[in-house]
Amino acid sequence: MRAPESRATQSPGLRVWTRFKANRQAWWSLVILASLFALSLGAELIANDKPLVARYDGRWFLPLWNEYPETAFGGELNTEADYHEPFVRRALEKPGNFALYSPNGWGYAAMNYYPTTPHPAPPSLTNLLGTDIIGRDIAARLLYAFRISMLFGLGLTAIGVILGVAFGAIQGFFGGSVDLITQRLIEVWGSLPELYLLIIFASLLEPSIWLIFVLLSMFSWIGLSDYVRAEFLRNRHLEYVSAARAMGLSNWQIMWRHVLPNSLTPVITFIPFRISAAIMALTSLDFLGLGVPAPTPSLGELLAQGKTYLYAWWISIPTFVVLISTLLLLTFIGDGLRNAMDTRSSARLSKVVP
Amino acid sequence: MSALLEIEGLTLRADGTRLVDDLTLSVAAGERVALVGESGSGKTLTALSILRLTSGIEVSGSIRLAGRELTTLPEAQMRDIRGRDVAMIFQEPMAALNPLYTIGNQIAETLALHEGLRGKALQERVIALLTGTGLRDPEQRVNSYPHQLSGGQRQRAMIAMAMACSPRLLIADEPTTALDVTIRARIVARLLDLQQRTIQERGIERGMAVLLITHDLPLVKRFAQRVAVLEHGRLVEVASTEQLFAAPEHPYTRRLLQSVPVRNVRPLDGTENVVLEAKGIQVQFQQRTSKRLFARRISTHAVQDVGFSVRSRETVGIVGESGSGKSTLALVALGLLRPGAGEVRFGGLPLSAYRGAQRRQLRARLQIVFQDPFGSLSPRRTIAQIVGEGLALHRPDLSETQRYDRIVSVLTEVGLTHDCLHRYPHEFSGGQRQRIAIARSLIVEPQLIVLDEPTSALDISIQKQVLELLAELQRKYGLSYVLITHDLAVVRAMAHRVLVMKDGRIVEGGDTLDVMERPTHDYTRQLVGASQ
Repeated sequence: MRAPESRATQSPGLRVWTRFKANRQAWWSLVILASLFALSLGAELIANDKPLVARYDGRWFLPLWNEYPETAFGGELNTEADYHEPFVRRALEKPGNFALYSPNGWGYAAMNYYPTTPHPAPPSLTNLLGTDIIGRDIAARLLYAFRISMLFGLGLTAIGVILGVAFGAIQGFFGGSVDLITQRLIEVWGSLPELYLLIIFASLLEPSIWLIFVLLSMFSWIGLSDYVRAEFLRNRHLEYVSAARAMGLSNWQIMWRHVLPNSLTPVITFIPFRISAAIMALTSLDFLGLGVPAPTPSLGELLAQGKTYLYAWWISIPTFVVLISTLLLLTFIGDGLRNAMDTRSSARLSKVVP
Repeated sequence: MSALLEIEGLTLRADGTRLVDDLTLSVAAGERVALVGESGSGKTLTALSILRLTSGIEVSGSIRLAGRELTTLPEAQMRDIRGRDVAMIFQEPMAALNPLYTIGNQIAETLALHEGLRGKALQERVIALLTGTGLRDPEQRVNSYPHQLSGGQRQRAMIAMAMACSPRLLIADEPTTALDVTIRARIVARLLDLQQRTIQERGIERGMAVLLITHDLPLVKRFAQRVAVLEHGRLVEVASTEQLFAAPEHPYTRRLLQSVPVRNVRPLDGTENVVLEAKGIQVQFQQRTSKRLFARRISTHAVQDVGFSVRSRETVGIVGESGSGKSTLALVALGLLRPGAGEVRFGGLPLSAYRGAQRRQLRARLQIVFQDPFGSLSPRRTIAQIVGEGLALHRPDLSETQRYDRIVSVLTEVGLTHDCLHRYPHEFSGGQRQRIAIARSLIVEPQLIVLDEPTSALDISIQKQVLELLAELQRKYGLSYVLITHDLAVVRAMAHRVLVMKDGRIVEGGDTLDVMERPTHDYTRQLVGASQ
């Protein structure tokens, strides 16, 4: 006899999600940030020097995917066509030919060689948010910088969470001498000066975003592992763990199935704050000139330019707005998550504490 | 006697549900009234609402103390009443005492606040109060922090604190539930003594009245003059103690009185073979004498030279107070803790001889059910996952459908329906959770189950049902139980034989009824005396 499938009730995770969605500020922050991020992932379609599709002499071109030499459009040079070049433009505008450009006709690296005012140029119809000191489009650079910041933040957080949970879990679950030794090692590791390491490595190796990523992720897990360790220390003594042990489950099965799911609250609550911290770290390094090399677009580098050319408000204000709104949205999401995870604040019946 | 406390038409609501419904009750000066009910019946809430300590709850009706309406009193005047006119004792003294202050400090606080005592006079009053509660060495204890005291000592400190300003009404909310049985009796006797003394000193009109909140019926019988029974927020019966115990009127009261577990033991017929045998078990814990790294370590014995055996279809009760080593012994019997000396044999083989696959099988044959049905189920797994986990581990040969059928049938066996399969533990009551925990053990077809205080976290009517279920399962599957408890009523209901443990040793053992009726050891006599 097989009993009819019963009605499943909400899992604890789903309940947190429902509570989170009920918080309008946090929910809309997540929606907005997620759509902005999704949009920025398609940045090539929004801000690009090359046409998305072009038709020349009865042939179709896809400059976004393929490289075409200038000769393809009747030019002289055998190098890749520069679509800002007036000659190429005119060729593509001839009757019968046609080119579809992205909404913002500039990528993050191309310089405007034909400015009407000297660089940095204020906003105009050609460069919607003006140009930076060497004539690159601010709007395009902001878009790509936002994408890099978000990817960097997400990546660093993911690595940090994986390492932090792994170390914290091992320390907390096994306790005793394992805990003691790992704790000491972590203390030694944590006391290494991050910034010096970064400066030293930046001078030894070719600076790149990957170098920063690797160096920062070696340290970003330390704070988290403490929380996970504390949760594991608490949870491993609970009776359901003893019950699982009496059932004959192995240590790893107990950790994975029983202790870990019940120890993730601090991890999940901190994720948005960790992302914003990672973004801030990258921005500060770039601001100090220790970060990504040119021409990689970055919020920190734009802020530094804005600081140097204070009169060029079109550099500093939009960068500031992008940075602040990203961090603010992340904070709102974090706040919402924290409230959604906190069962005490939503307890129906507050028993009294005299 | 004039009424000291009059509660009239008290209704408490939270989120639209009525937690207490139209409750009318009066307590005369110098009277001892018990408010009895199961968890969730609203008894604690009623008590808290007298002192206006409830938050987020809508209160209507009237509460008068010596003719003064409390529900509309300004907060400043209410503060004067708390602690001076009405004092309260809480269930868990460790949580109710501030861990950062000495108990002397905390008692002095109330006195300084309400009576303006200072300096030496204050100190002397505090010591006098502690002496009154029967605490030994009050001069030294006054400087102790809560964690340095035992549960009983902490509760005495709480009583001293409550008595500090000679309140006219003392509300005692489950004052003994967190304590060991033998200490319970002493605390209750002391409370009774203190109350009688206030009547002698001040006369009945000025004497202290006590409102005792409890679910412990023997305690009510010994302590209260009048009993009020609450069921789901409704007062169903108020009567004098003798009358209520002799002739309960309301069906719920009758049910409560009958839910004291009755003996339900099928005698052994002598053909049973020994399943588990423990000999000369010793367990020591290493303790550092100080926090320093190379501090000297001393070993304390948790279990000392203990031996016992369990036959099939038999229940062996192990009785003792907290810290007597009974739970440690259970862990040793299960093979989850290796003893320092001695040996446990299961099915004729020592536990240490089981290796590899055999060891895994052993785990299925020895199971445990824990005390706290809230902590023993992982909150993030469904009932199907919790119950099915052991089956997946021990019977990987079963198909998913077979496993599903087994889970459903074992849940039916413990009295649950299949519609709980995909729910989470928080949706179930304590009794249902304990059934789930039993199902989790039962599904791997064990021979012996260790029951570690299986019913002490449950209400008495539920307790009886769970014990009946356990007895029925024993008959059906020929299970052996090791029943660990501090509650002699449970042992009397379930166990063939009983072992009494104190400080890690077995002080007395034998047939349950023999031990209960003719206890030979002093300690056993105390235990038996306290449970009647």
